[in-house]
Amino acid sequence: METGLDRKKTLGQMLLYLKKYRLLAGLSLMLAAVTVGLTLYVPILTGNAVDLLLGKGRVDFPGLFAILWKIGAAVCATAAAQWVMDLSNSYITYHVVKDIREDAFHKLQQLPLRYLDAHAHGDLISRVIADVDALADGLLMGFTQLFTGVLTIIGTLFFLFAANVPIALVVVCVTPVSFLAARFIASRTYSMFQLQSRARGEQTALIEETVGNQKLVKAFSREDAVREQFAEGNRRLEECSLRAIFYSSITNPVTRAVNSLVYAGVGVFGAFVAIRGGISVGRLSCLLSYANQYTKPFNEISGVVTELQNALACAARILELIQETPQAPDAPGARVLEQTAGAVSLEQVSFSYVPGQRLIQGFSLDAKSGQRVAIVGPTGCGKTTLINLLMRFYDVDSGSIRVDGTDIRQITRGSLRTSYGMVLQETWLRWGTIRDNIRMGKPEATDAEVEQAARAAHAHSFIRRLPQGYDTVISEEGGGLSQGQKQLLCIARVMLCLPPMLILDEATSSIDTRTELKIQNAFARMMEGRTSFIVAHRLSTIREADVILVMRDGNIVEQGNHETLLSQGGFYAQLYHSQFTG
Amino acid sequence: MKRLKTLLPYLSDHRKETVLAPLFKLLEAAFELLVPLVMAAIIDRGIQNRDMVYIGKMGACLLILAAVGLAASITAQFFAAKAAVGFSARLRQALFDHLQSLDFTAIDRLGTSAMITRMTSDINQVQSGVNLVLRLFLRSPVIVFGAMAMAFAIDVKSALLFAVAIPLLALVVFGVLVWTMPLYRKVQAQLDKVLRLTRENLTGVRVIRAFHREEKEEERFRESTQTLFSGQVFVSRISAIMNPVTYVIVNAAIMALLYTGAIQVNLGNLTQGQVVAILNYMSQILVELVKLANLIVTVTKSVACADRVAAVFEIQGTPWEQEGKGETPSADAPFLEFDHVSLTYQDAGAETLRDISFQVEKGQTVGIIGGTGSGKTSLVHLIPGFYPATEGTVRLEGRDIRQIPEQELKGRVGIVPQGAVLFQGTIRSNLQWGKPDATEEEMWQALGLAQAREVAEGKEGGLDAEVAQGGRNFSGGQRQRLTIARALVRQPEILILDDSASALDYGTDAALRAALRSLEGRMTTFLVSQRASAVRHADQILVLEDGRLAGIGTHEELLERCSVYREIYDSQYPADR
Repeated sequence: METGLDRKKTLGQMLLYLKKYRLLAGLSLMLAAVTVGLTLYVPILTGNAVDLLLGKGRVDFPGLFAILWKIGAAVCATAAAQWVMDLSNSYITYHVVKDIREDAFHKLQQLPLRYLDAHAHGDLISRVIADVDALADGLLMGFTQLFTGVLTIIGTLFFLFAANVPIALVVVCVTPVSFLAARFIASRTYSMFQLQSRARGEQTALIEETVGNQKLVKAFSREDAVREQFAEGNRRLEECSLRAIFYSSITNPVTRAVNSLVYAGVGVFGAFVAIRGGISVGRLSCLLSYANQYTKPFNEISGVVTELQNALACAARILELIQETPQAPDAPGARVLEQTAGAVSLEQVSFSYVPGQRLIQGFSLDAKSGQRVAIVGPTGCGKTTLINLLMRFYDVDSGSIRVDGTDIRQITRGSLRTSYGMVLQETWLRWGTIRDNIRMGKPEATDAEVEQAARAAHAHSFIRRLPQGYDTVISEEGGGLSQGQKQLLCIARVMLCLPPMLILDEATSSIDTRTELKIQNAFARMMEGRTSFIVAHRLSTIREADVILVMRDGNIVEQGNHETLLSQGGFYAQLYHSQFTG
Repeated sequence: MKRLKTLLPYLSDHRKETVLAPLFKLLEAAFELLVPLVMAAIIDRGIQNRDMVYIGKMGACLLILAAVGLAASITAQFFAAKAAVGFSARLRQALFDHLQSLDFTAIDRLGTSAMITRMTSDINQVQSGVNLVLRLFLRSPVIVFGAMAMAFAIDVKSALLFAVAIPLLALVVFGVLVWTMPLYRKVQAQLDKVLRLTRENLTGVRVIRAFHREEKEEERFRESTQTLFSGQVFVSRISAIMNPVTYVIVNAAIMALLYTGAIQVNLGNLTQGQVVAILNYMSQILVELVKLANLIVTVTKSVACADRVAAVFEIQGTPWEQEGKGETPSADAPFLEFDHVSLTYQDAGAETLRDISFQVEKGQTVGIIGGTGSGKTSLVHLIPGFYPATEGTVRLEGRDIRQIPEQELKGRVGIVPQGAVLFQGTIRSNLQWGKPDATEEEMWQALGLAQAREVAEGKEGGLDAEVAQGGRNFSGGQRQRLTIARALVRQPEILILDDSASALDYGTDAALRAALRSLEGRMTTFLVSQRASAVRHADQILVLEDGRLAGIGTHEELLERCSVYREIYDSQYPADR
């Protein structure tokens, strides 16, 4: 639950974002006050004008012209103030939105992988996009609405009381009724909306299941069965929807009716007062126009308050992200890795994702320059953990990893990571042209270099056959390309930079074996003379490796080359026999 | 727009409500229009004549108007809600039924996510559109023109000002609307881009950090938020015009009204109260025009959604061919035969399958092997007639399968597709997909064959164990075995396993294959796989490459004759090279 203090803190931090625009914000508030004041003043002037139209031959034209001039001036001033106010509001709002998004994105670059892996991406994205939008709508726009709403109410009350106290009292007494009525209806409809959203949720689930697997439905000739199931849910949804929609749509007529009540009250009561000479007809018409508008800010405010609460919750979510502790910065005086021989050693490394739940313990390895290290084990055994540690996506808990004798914590992250070429099984390509994707690690590369890298990765021939060749735009999921082709592009991307050390995740069953063969060839080419860590699935890779790490349940259970491990008759031997013999 | 007509019949069940809702809304608007007249009477007769009783009567009149207005409005809301909800319920059911009638080609054309969107958010949007139209589309114009008419009734000369002011106001309100709508769409597209960059950055975080591109990414992001910002400010600059300008127009009209009113009053043609009434009408018009503009935005969206929904109804599946054109099963014919079969998917540039011919005897096991995209799944999908062959014929017992009634053919085939999908319900309800009237015994037998007996036994409730949506509460291997059991429970003559053992461990896979072998002779089995080990024991193996049959024969024959098969085998068994 959010405490009051948290809300205050959230608001305080939001104000910090506004600080840059305080002059503009001040101007906007001032203009809001001007707008409200003038908007309320115009009906008075109109009323005064009406008072001059007493009857046949009794119209005070000079007086009328004077008032008309005033009205004209007030209207022009209001319009100008409103225009400037709207402009500055949207400028501030959109700029704050931009600032917050950029801060959030900056933070995403700084956050440790530990954080990003533990949080659902969808949630983080919705914070950066949807929450910031809701915040803009609710907090910033809502605030101006709230401010003008409150000012309007105060101003109206002021003018009402100034004009005539008894009439003002009538208005003050009747208006809360509309408020209460709206509240009453809202609380009643809430449960109906809940019922509706439950029925809708169930129906949506059914739709996703059946329509999402329409071919399966056809294959098993289940059309009639699902049709019936759907009809039943549909009837329920219809019932719930009708109630929810009808009851919620009563709110407007009811508040309108209350408004009419106020209007009638002011009219009748005002007429009585007017007969006694308490007010003029013009003043009465002015009061009537107030009565017409008086409930509007009330309704708006009640809407804005819920929106503000929602916006505050959104603000808290995005601020939480922005204030998350970033990864420790590179150590002062950290070395920039330039020319590496590629000797990687792990000494007594211990690591766990969850404190207290040991994963890797006391693990040592000495990979000499140019050696091939194969990592094998059943799926889910934690092979990627090792990649995480080598790339310093995660820091070891104890022990150390050294490259060319330097602890990697004493090397800048950037230079360490660019010394590795990494190809993961989950291919990631971004929306853009094939050329841009290959060039990702080396934006200054020439077209010829790109093509050469693609050739080396056996990707050139299929790229050439694409409609726009290297300029073909691919979507995020690499749409249109097969898994194998995407993998080849990822290899080409590394080929272009070709750093001294490699981390490769071999493809598994999702790729057909002949494409796999091509990828193997590409891998083999890359590995020549480079220290390589390979998550290996294929026998040939494993047999040719200098060191094989056998992992099981997050632990490294065996270590050695193919022959020694096989002769040990341990887990590796078992794995080998079950997986690679028919 | 023409398409929308096809959706109208779904309103016909609620014809009464559809007519009554706007009618009652009209009534409410009419009562609202009367209010300024009553007020004018209070001023002109009540106050001028100091007639308290008259004022009281008119006050009661105002209250009655409010009460009747409220009643009319609530009635209208009810009819509108009933018509809109009833309409969407019927439309949803009709659309669902229509989707059930589509064939595979049409399903491909539509796409799953599009179908789901049409069924859910599009129809919801249409529903609120219908609701709004019934409630407001008549009200706003009636108020606008009604107010003008009332003004004319009071004083023609003053009312002429309305004829000038209303078009001007409409021009501004709708002009801004028309101008900004495409701009808002552009802004939305830019926001989508910002979203995409964020998502890409998260999914690709390892690659980005591996290449040390963090700063470059931030730069990219800043560029796109800057574009978004400029777009937003530009749009808001235009829409900011609307409020001040309409305010000026209305007040200019009021000033003019005061002036002409003053002249008329001076001449004795008008009373003070009448001037107040005319002024009231002018203010009412502005409020309604702004409402109307907002309404148009919502309705435009709904119309777009309705159009998309209507477009789905236009897509028709090709009907199953003429049933039983005299061909009868023949004992001499091979059990299943592909006769020069080619398949080109609709809208596809190239053939997916080309000139495939083979014959299968009853009870045989047939392996199908080939790379991704070689056409394995397409080939087996022709057997239950999911797609019609573009050329050539598929025959079952000598009969063209397109001439066997659809239900009969599908009933004889059990298919286990890729991606083991279960449905929410129980294990029992899932098995009933295979055979709706299966007995308890048949179910356990199928589970046993599929090596899934312990899956059901291990869960509380056995056959009645709950299956969560998508079968989330089962592991991949368990799901796969249950989908195999689902296909087996109907004791199909033909069983198709489309790469269905991929999530099984070695031991289970072997046990499954042994169990299936025990059914040999009774059931013809097709095994689709990328692994030579899965198909090597089959009676015949079809090797596919790029949609063509690259080889056919037993494992040993193919190793000898078929280079594609040898290549696949070698890549998987390098030790034997």
